[in-house]
Amino acid sequence: MEKNLICINCPQGCHLTINTASETGDFTVTGNRCPRGQTYAIQELTDPRRVVTAVVPTNCHALPYLPVRTDKPLPKTLIPDLLNSLYKMRVDAPKAMGDIILENYKNTGVNVIASETL
Amino acid sequence: MEKKNCYDLAVIGGGAAGLSAAAVTASASRRTLVIDREDHLGGILRQCIHNGFGLRYFKEELTGPEYAERLAVSAQKAGAEFALGTTVTELKRLPDGTFELETLSAKDGVRIIHARAVLLAMGCRERNRGNIATPGTRPAGVFTSGTAQKLLNLEGRLPGKKAVIIGSGDIGLIMARRLRWCGIEVQAVVEIMPFPSGLTRNIVQCLNDFNIPLWLEHSVVEICGKDRVEGVEVAPLVNGTPDMGRKFHIDCDTLLFSVGLVPENELAISAGVKLNPATGGAMVNGDYQTSVPGIFSAGNVLHVHDLVDFVSEEAIRAGQCILRYLEGRTAQTPGNSALAGANLKYVIPNRYFTGQRTYFSFRSMIVTNNGTLTVSCGDRVLLKKVLPFVRPAEMVNLELNEELLSDGGELTFSLEKGTEVK
Ligand SMILES: Cc1cc2nc3c(=O)[nH]c(=O)nc-3n(C[C@H](O)[C@H](O)[C@H](O)COP(=O)(O)OP(=O)(O)OC[C@H]3O[C@@H](n4cnc5c(N)ncnc54)[C@H](O)[C@@H]3O)c2cc1C
Ligand code: SF4
Repeated sequence: MEKNLICINCPQGCHLTINTASETGDFTVTGNRCPRGQTYAIQELTDPRRVVTAVVPTNCHALPYLPVRTDKPLPKTLIPDLLNSLYKMRVDAPKAMGDIILENYKNTGVNVIASETL
Repeated sequence: MEKKNCYDLAVIGGGAAGLSAAAVTASASRRTLVIDREDHLGGILRQCIHNGFGLRYFKEELTGPEYAERLAVSAQKAGAEFALGTTVTELKRLPDGTFELETLSAKDGVRIIHARAVLLAMGCRERNRGNIATPGTRPAGVFTSGTAQKLLNLEGRLPGKKAVIIGSGDIGLIMARRLRWCGIEVQAVVEIMPFPSGLTRNIVQCLNDFNIPLWLEHSVVEICGKDRVEGVEVAPLVNGTPDMGRKFHIDCDTLLFSVGLVPENELAISAGVKLNPATGGAMVNGDYQTSVPGIFSAGNVLHVHDLVDFVSEEAIRAGQCILRYLEGRTAQTPGNSALAGANLKYVIPNRYFTGQRTYFSFRSMIVTNNGTLTVSCGDRVLLKKVLPFVRPAEMVNLELNEELLSDGGELTFSLEKGTEVK
């Protein structure tokens, strides 16, 4: 089976072709200009993930919305649920950049961290 | 100059450019003041909450606010001083070659600041509907994508429920995903060019991930709605003219314009700085010095950058040149010109000094792979280089060493088309 993808790891945007061997299920990736393309292609076919960013309301007048992000890419299917939980939250000052806002989301090992000091 | 309002360097703008340069001059014990009209440091980065910043400069993938905070902390640690919530309203060169800045803030009212050198780091502003003349009514619900980004990310306000984005620049693409993640529908992105103007990775992760249609070679020919936007009429372009026979309607209550950025240079003009029509920024020499001695420029106010990492690098180089200026070690000659030839929109700097290592940045007007860049001086070719990947959306950088530039003379940069891109 052949699939085409575009690598999103850097601005080059290589056009990747992934062939799956029918017996073994092994992947061969072509079109990548660096090894990251191969890792990305296999990840994208087996378990697509994205880093999620959002803002969360705070109790602080000077910074009413705190920017946050996941510290690792999260499985794509979980993104809408995570966003819903974040929009319902409120964080209280003080928070340092990098502080965990939501820990180990749904046991994925992915944390949501503060992108800015509050 | 140890008086209260006297500085070695006044930096106008506390974004990536201003902060990066201030860290350089302050750590060399030059008294540096960074002035920004906002109450927070970081400039446009603060509203860019998405990730994708800093891979080159910090070797890590950061969000805009994280990148900004790191720069702010290092400028602070280096000893730079800050005047926030303060707008520079006038910039004047005095007869003795120093500068007077008039500033305005809610706290201090009008204040005069003196500086031996000035760095213009005011960033850029978005083009809006007026700049590209879209016909139709003037209802509510029309924003530039940067304004919508600010509303959403800094003020937590949703611009509408159903959006159409005009222009496929990166800010518009990033906003498409952001709107979707906020539960706002994105009906379409409409682009007049035959190719997207943003990065491919943003097309994939911001449009394709959400099945948002991208209409290339299409134009919004009418905005509908009286008090609030109710939709747009879109038509395909045939040889640059809309084919009204094939016009169609898209419903929306919100319209975002993402049609490019222009450097914000009113202050520079008033100080007598000569601008470059190709960039909208100042003309600068190999030291990032403008036509007014002692005024330097870096970052988006000089030319629009796609990567903040390049903004930091450019501003650091400018900071080092400013240090040399403050020590009286700057070349006193006008230098030689550097020109953009075939297929290039501009080259920065516009002048270079004979025998001084110079870092050039330029932007292509064509899409090509394996294009050949040629740098020539008269009929002598100084350098030929194959560029594997050339896009108008991406700035190209090239450093030329002392040896290559040892003879002086007018340089021309040109780009020859390589292989066709589908
Ligand atoms: C919306 C948007 C999205 C972007 N997304 C990305 C991305 O995903 N990845 C990436 O690498 N790069 C991205 N960029 C590019 C990068 O972030 C910018 O090029 C960079 O941050 C610009 O830095 P700067 O310091 O030149 O300008 P700015 O950050 O704009 O800073 C200029 C500062 O000057 C201040 N100022 C202006 N005039 C005055 C005055 N008269 N008095 C006082 N202060 C003044 C302003 O308030 C502002 O704080 C994006 C740019 C924009 C505009
Ligand atoms: S394969 Fe490597 S070079 Fe190509 S887009 Fe991915 S990360 Fe960039």
